[in-house]
Amino acid sequence: MARRNAPEVNAGSMADIAFLLLIFFLVTTTIETDIGINRKLPPIQDQQDPPPLKERNIFIVLINSNGDLLVEDDPMELKDLKQSAIQFLDNGGGTGDEKCDYCRGPRDTSSSDNPIKAVISLQNNRLTKYSDYIAVQNELIAAYNFLRNREANRLFGVDFTEMEKAYKNPEYQGNKDKLKERIQVIKDMYPQKLSEAEPKRT
Amino acid sequence: MSKFKKKKDGGIPAISTASLPDIVFMLLFFFMVVTVMRDTSIKVKNTLPFADQVEKLEKKDLIMYIYAGEPSDRYKEVAGTEARIQLNDKFASLKDIKQFVFEERESTRDELRQAMIAGLKVDMETNMGLVSDIKTELREAEALKITYITRPGEAARNLQRRY
Repeated sequence: MARRNAPEVNAGSMADIAFLLLIFFLVTTTIETDIGINRKLPPIQDQQDPPPLKERNIFIVLINSNGDLLVEDDPMELKDLKQSAIQFLDNGGGTGDEKCDYCRGPRDTSSSDNPIKAVISLQNNRLTKYSDYIAVQNELIAAYNFLRNREANRLFGVDFTEMEKAYKNPEYQGNKDKLKERIQVIKDMYPQKLSEAEPKRT
Repeated sequence: MSKFKKKKDGGIPAISTASLPDIVFMLLFFFMVVTVMRDTSIKVKNTLPFADQVEKLEKKDLIMYIYAGEPSDRYKEVAGTEARIQLNDKFASLKDIKQFVFEERESTRDELRQAMIAGLKVDMETNMGLVSDIKTELREAEALKITYITRPGEAARNLQRRY
């Protein structure tokens, strides 16, 4: 057999194939972003007496190593935690200077004075599972977000979480300073006061 | 049939390679844009817990990742079965955390140091004892901004694996 000359390969379609690959990869790759619960740790200070807190302004949540909850000395299911935290924060039992005019709670004198005073204390022991801890954190933050959203909707007609998202978005069209101010207003109404004790031994 | 007899003009015609550079450049750019440098291989079990009250973490270069959990099967013999901490590529102990934080700070520009966040990627099954030890170390290293990295999902799903 005589050797034939190889015909010229048409390279014109190479670009098409390459583009096809490019588009395929562009569509399929997702650059994954992590999501998480942001928290701030308290700085280490010299031991000093903590400011006195009224018993009724503290909402104690205990988690044991089996993931059972003890809220204000009563056992509770995780699904009820959000509601009961909302009720505590939004109680508004204070009078005079400590009156809370935007609270819609039952104004029970045995519960918190106002949301600014109210502290949620989260306690766990060393054998508590991390997932239970995160679940409880999540529910408590949900309670705060619920109240903040409610007030933000009443005052500015928009969700608090939406405002925060917009604030973080670099492409946000609009007045960022004003937005920041508004976020701060809501944060001052319902400050996140979540205290975490050192976990108990045993 | 004369169609097939045309090319008789001797010599192998050159294949045009004019478009090759374009393609190579394109691939190069593509990979440059898309690749996320992952310099750590995770040596611990890392099933993250679920949460839905979350925020997105942008600016990945400002996150100091701290992994914790039981060593995965491959490393059980070397590292034991107790939950361990992993920093960068190595198993670490609690006292290494401070050093790690300082090193990460060193490698960041001055004006961005305030914005650094410690990202805790902790396995669901880990005990809180280890987590709070990590938190104490972070407080001592003055890395106060932390974030518990989670998976999207309802909090109740954290409890479902139990009977």
